[in-house]
Amino acid sequence: MNKKMLRQYLDLFLVFFRIGAFTFGGGYAMIPLIEKEIVTNRGWIANEDILDLFAIGQSIPGAIAINTSSLVGYKIAGKRGALCATFGVVLPSFLIITIIASFFQTIADDKNVKAVFVGINAAVVFLIIKAAMKMMKAALIDKVTISVFAITVLTILLTNISPIILIICGGILGMISYRKSGGNSL
Amino acid sequence: MTYIKLFISFFKIGLFSFGGGYAMIPLISAEIAAHSWMNELEFIQIIGIAEMTPGPIAVNAATFVGFKTAGILGSICATVGVALPSLLIILFISRFFFKNSKHPLMKKTFYGIRPVIAGLILSAGLVVASRTMLLKSINEIVSAPSLINISSMINISSFVDIPSIIILLIIIGINRWKKIHPLFLIVIAGILGYLSQFLIIA
Repeated sequence: MNKKMLRQYLDLFLVFFRIGAFTFGGGYAMIPLIEKEIVTNRGWIANEDILDLFAIGQSIPGAIAINTSSLVGYKIAGKRGALCATFGVVLPSFLIITIIASFFQTIADDKNVKAVFVGINAAVVFLIIKAAMKMMKAALIDKVTISVFAITVLTILLTNISPIILIICGGILGMISYRKSGGNSL
Repeated sequence: MTYIKLFISFFKIGLFSFGGGYAMIPLISAEIAAHSWMNELEFIQIIGIAEMTPGPIAVNAATFVGFKTAGILGSICATVGVALPSLLIILFISRFFFKNSKHPLMKKTFYGIRPVIAGLILSAGLVVASRTMLLKSINEIVSAPSLINISSMINISSFVDIPSIIILLIIIGINRWKKIHPLFLIVIAGILGYLSQFLIIA
């Protein structure tokens, strides 16, 4: 490994460390930042290529932030690049949350902290329902998807069946509908 | 043993979550419940904290749950667990995805997965809402109808946490009026929550 490659791994780590440290709101919020750092500022990846990476990052399992970072790192500098970028993007959250978690226990029962969380919890409810409505708009496109959606909600609220089982069933159902349609796209 | 369990649980979460962030919440909450690592209200607080701190929500939640369950080593196990599936997939089969991301079979698979994800997120929202805003659980209300007389039906404050509902309505209002970053919504909601403790008279 020569000096230039080491330099590149370090650069990747640092860029993604900064992205991890300064984006609030998770994966989707990181996308414009990654684009600015990687495409505009450094020219490491061409604009049309990064859009493909973003699309793949959202369609493979896992956190979008981690997927996108490792894909970008992989594209720029191979397997080691993927590791550096992922380590970089994860480390800030890991450090910050470990610090918060280590003292949160001592303040969690405080009257004022509890009151603050009455408000925060309400906002969390709002943000989750908002995310759900966005997803519903994209996913519920016909009778089949609406039925799958309704069955999922009822199953989760009324039974103890694992969400993982439901996701697998959804995927299989999608594939069956593919074969039924004779391999044609929708 | 807890370390291995944490690692496996979060590996599963990383492997089966599609759509990131909020789509992971129902999976994390199912794993927490299965191992009784913490109660639901604690987990809801973690979601709030994860929203307020930088970085991916999945990593924040994994680190927090891991730390609460088994200290620093626990947070490392959970965080590595949640990140590892993505890394392995990208390192070893990303070529497949580079070629096939527009393949009709991929599209069809997502046609089936997406409504499930939407349903999972909505259920997570409903569960969080019922835990934080209803004072009695639905079961309690349904199973003990004799305790509910007309006057308590009228007195809605015996069912729902009024401050939470008011804050939720204010947040919805602010969001309608102006598109604002989730972080600031949470900060505003936190301040309103703090103030709400001085307003409760009845």
